[in-house]
Amino acid sequence: MQKRYTQIWQLFTAFFRIGLFTFGGGLAMLPMIEREVIDRYGWTDREEILDIYAMSQSVPGVIAANTAIFLGNRLCGVMGAVAALVGVVLPSLIIITTIAIFFNQLKGSSIIASAFAGIRAAVVGLIAAAAVRVGRTAVVSRFALGVCLAAFLLNLSGAVNIIFIIVLAGIAGYVYYRSKEAPSK
Amino acid sequence: MIILELFFSFFKIGLFTIGGGYAMLALIQREIVSHSWLTLEEFIDIVAIAEMTPGPIAVNAATFVGFRSAGVLGAITATGAVVLPSLLIVLALSRAWERYKESPVVMAVFKGVRPAVAGLIISVAITLGGAVLAAGSEGQLNIVGLAMAAFVFFAVYVKKVDPFKMIILCGLAGIFLFR
Repeated sequence: MQKRYTQIWQLFTAFFRIGLFTFGGGLAMLPMIEREVIDRYGWTDREEILDIYAMSQSVPGVIAANTAIFLGNRLCGVMGAVAALVGVVLPSLIIITTIAIFFNQLKGSSIIASAFAGIRAAVVGLIAAAAVRVGRTAVVSRFALGVCLAAFLLNLSGAVNIIFIIVLAGIAGYVYYRSKEAPSK
Repeated sequence: MIILELFFSFFKIGLFTIGGGYAMLALIQREIVSHSWLTLEEFIDIVAIAEMTPGPIAVNAATFVGFRSAGVLGAITATGAVVLPSLLIVLALSRAWERYKESPVVMAVFKGVRPAVAGLIISVAITLGGAVLAAGSEGQLNIVGLAMAAFVFFAVYVKKVDPFKMIILCGLAGIFLFR
């Protein structure tokens, strides 16, 4: 019982840090989630986090919240899901409310704008590192390399929706790996 | 009852947007305009703030709209309402996932999905890298920003430095480098 409460508290603090230090939302959250959930606590591995991430993007709602709920629930059930969810949105609630109160004073500050220019550069480096790590986990065959490249180009072209890309890749995986397993005549 | 209206509007937004972030902003804009909670100009400010502050963009926007239209209680209501559909849907989904993740069909599907997610992340890194590079003053390329990004990549990927520390460090460095 003691251990369960410790883990619920860890879920809350881990996702609080993720909410506090992620700029840009969505896929930009991955480096922070990896750091907390895999490197620090070992709640999941690099393969499964990609599955969880794909699912979080494919159902309605805020992606970071979906990921938090998913991981929280698998570790500690509904209580864990709520703890992780509250953790990930609480920084926003506090920071945005504060900003909304002092909005007019903050609007012209050049120090804050400069700091954010630095942070944005850091975020690019973080995501690039995550991209390389994820690529090395997921791209294990020629088929996987093809899917990776296709998803990359489709998303960069901006022509199609991310969910469409994920669903298409799922169908491709199903067709490819099932036909490989089936006895050939 | 503005609190109830906020709740239903943001519940709807949470329920009907797939893909998060920017997809949600479009819906939020529609709700704001139809309820005339904020002006369009205030909405643009919200988007800028939501992008610049940490946290999920849609949650930031919900908090801001809620606070502006009904104070702290409004902020809590809008934020809670926008994530409530997630809680219900993802709880159901994760039960199904634990049950079926070892099945050959699900495993085959996700063997296809994983490299696609990798491809998506690579494209995000390149898009954001391009945005940082283009952000130099007076049409100059922002080489300093790109060098910082490369330094962070090296520190985090090769030297395993804590990403949180790099964010704080680059925020401080930005104050001196991007005046």
